[in-house]
Amino acid sequence: MKIRIRRYHAMRKPSSVVQEWEIPDGLTLLEALAWIKEKKDPTLTFRSGCRSSVCGSCSVRVNGKERLACGYKPKEGDLVEPIRFAPILKDLMVDQKAAFDTLKRAKTWLESFRSDAVVTPKEEKRTELQSDCILCHSCYSACPVYESDAQFLGPFALTRDWRYIADPREGEPMGKIEAIQAKGVWDCTLCGECTAVCPQGIDPKSDILMLRTKSVQSGYNDPNMEQFGSFGLDF
Amino acid sequence: MYDVLIIGSGGAGLSAALAARDTGAKVAVLGKNYPTRSQTSMAQGGINAALGHVTPDSVQSHIADTLKSADTLGDEKRISRLCEKGPDAMKWLDRLGTPFSRLEDGRVAQRRLGGAAAARACYAQDYTGLKILHTLYDNTLKSEVEFLDEYFLLNFIVEESRVLGVTAIEMKSGEVKAIGAKSIVIASGGYSGLYRGFTTNSVATTGDGIAAAIRAGCVLGDMEFIQFHPTALEKSGILISESARGAGGKLLDGAGERFVDELKPRDVVAKAIWEKIESGESVYLDIRHLGEEFIEENLPQERKLARFYEGVDPVKDLIPIKPVAHYTMGGIEVDESHMSAVDGLFAAGECANAHVHGANRLGGNSLLETIVFGREAGENAAAFAKAHGEVKPASSEQFEKDRNFVAAIGHFTNQIDFYEKREFMGKIFYRNVGIIRNEMGLKGVLSVIRQMQKELPFMGIADKSKECNTNLTDFIEFGNMVELAEVVLIAAIGRNESRGAHQREDFPKKDDEKFAGVHSLAWKEAGTLCNEFKGLA
Repeated sequence: MKIRIRRYHAMRKPSSVVQEWEIPDGLTLLEALAWIKEKKDPTLTFRSGCRSSVCGSCSVRVNGKERLACGYKPKEGDLVEPIRFAPILKDLMVDQKAAFDTLKRAKTWLESFRSDAVVTPKEEKRTELQSDCILCHSCYSACPVYESDAQFLGPFALTRDWRYIADPREGEPMGKIEAIQAKGVWDCTLCGECTAVCPQGIDPKSDILMLRTKSVQSGYNDPNMEQFGSFGLDF
Repeated sequence: MYDVLIIGSGGAGLSAALAARDTGAKVAVLGKNYPTRSQTSMAQGGINAALGHVTPDSVQSHIADTLKSADTLGDEKRISRLCEKGPDAMKWLDRLGTPFSRLEDGRVAQRRLGGAAAARACYAQDYTGLKILHTLYDNTLKSEVEFLDEYFLLNFIVEESRVLGVTAIEMKSGEVKAIGAKSIVIASGGYSGLYRGFTTNSVATTGDGIAAAIRAGCVLGDMEFIQFHPTALEKSGILISESARGAGGKLLDGAGERFVDELKPRDVVAKAIWEKIESGESVYLDIRHLGEEFIEENLPQERKLARFYEGVDPVKDLIPIKPVAHYTMGGIEVDESHMSAVDGLFAAGECANAHVHGANRLGGNSLLETIVFGREAGENAAAFAKAHGEVKPASSEQFEKDRNFVAAIGHFTNQIDFYEKREFMGKIFYRNVGIIRNEMGLKGVLSVIRQMQKELPFMGIADKSKECNTNLTDFIEFGNMVELAEVVLIAAIGRNESRGAHQREDFPKKDDEKFAGVHSLAWKEAGTLCNEFKGLA
């Protein structure tokens, strides 16, 4: 079977080329990448870790769709590329610092513990799926908002905020709600691309809708609606 | 200059970072991967604490179970401290916001794992490690811990038996850096990666911190004790959690018969499975009778893994399994305060040998150790930094040596393919340094490893670029693996008995007269490996 891999090296000219590789059948994509590195070309550069879809290291794009390399079986002619909206360091390895930093900007943690809170199984289930996130950055790469706004907080940081805001143990959720007003919940276009690529089946789009409701209940408004409403009422 | 520098960003590293940060110390975490990619993310079963939420339990019972499994190689005082602090560790994790599974009344749910007298393991579905790790990470962001992400540790800088910092490759630039610290906590994980291809562990678990520790003057202990997980998927070695057996999963042989009590400690179950496989039979895990609804609720990850990597659906199919290397009990010898033989150099988690697992670790005790001892090590390191202050290295010898070494690797002749050797090492370790060992096999592997040591200069790398050179870091990892392989083999050859995870075909009985409470120790003197069995009659 043949797959194609987009290689990148800043010092080479051209810096980006697509290479075709013949690989054995039956491997996962991650096993195929390791096979190429170990048997054919040790310069091929990618991240890997657990091999079982839980560490989030090996996300790539296959034919334009985000996948965990360890959780995908290659098909004839597949094009494998690095994930988007992060500077490419080498081949399939990108600099993920800016994406990780969205967590700090969104204050994704329990701000103040409520010792009187009772977390029933029902409460726990409300954000069980959200806390399955493995930070693989697939949703970040799939999000079209980043095409025009690098400062957007993005799907995984917002989902993680919802996971803590909805936690009965959170005594002070307002800091997080405030943190997601600018470049946050209102900047999402609700296109659902994030939901479509999440390997854990998480639905950031619906979490963002929950956060919008929570924001309005907390006295914030949709800044887009304000502009819209002023001439909308003229009709 | 950091007060506390932490090597590794898994459960122990981040717990140490938070504890050190709580004292006001300036803390950084250095790791070869981004923090949430650590081995801890893979822990599924649970974290032990004698809370008695589901069945009656007590700290005494937890201590007794742990001591029994450690088989004379556990330190009662330290095991007691670990178990006593279990409930407090759970309280701490709850305060941080860890999303544990719950009982109807809101208390944390618990389940029984092998070797435990009670339902003692607190869990978060089968994502216990993942959810603890990510919650810890979120809290390090809140407490403003610094991160040196994708820095590959080379060596510790030690002068007059005091640690003063580390050398590491900043992978993005390829530059070798010296990073100063008043104290250091090694939390870099175990060495199951020696069994490459035959381990449940991440490909990153290559024992880099332990290898750097022995080079720096630390003592390693009990390195021959390597736990094999009874139930990994047959083709890939990917783990199927013990919780599958805890919930009533059965082990069946080729004839469809049960052949072992599934809830016995891991060494017993793994050995029974190995014997079946050696006799040519296949072994299966059967959870079909638990029903789809139960499996979806309690073992969703297991189902997903079995379907993708093995092509079977546990709801209606048997799962083919084999035992593979899972956890390494041995590691850096530490004292009561978690300090190694080098002043200011602490260790916690799987890389350390804190004498709590002994000959065999109980499921659920390793996450507990990462939290309890990780926090203690972080606090103690911060206290050490405060008490002893800053010492600038008198010479830049270590840094220059390591920078020159990294530059020289690019000129190694690369006539021998180290990837091939790495694969071979995994195979011969699994066959001969695995569940059942004998002197001939162990000595055979030792001679191969010593040959590999000699061949290292004839190996080398094809990727000559500086930036993000994973060919280079793979090679340095392999060097660390070869270094540790020798230590494991010498200890395994010297222990002429069968105890816990160390089972000798030629010495099938436990020899309490000679080996009860006797720890294997290894260290380096002028670059030469030395070893002894401490207290051997």
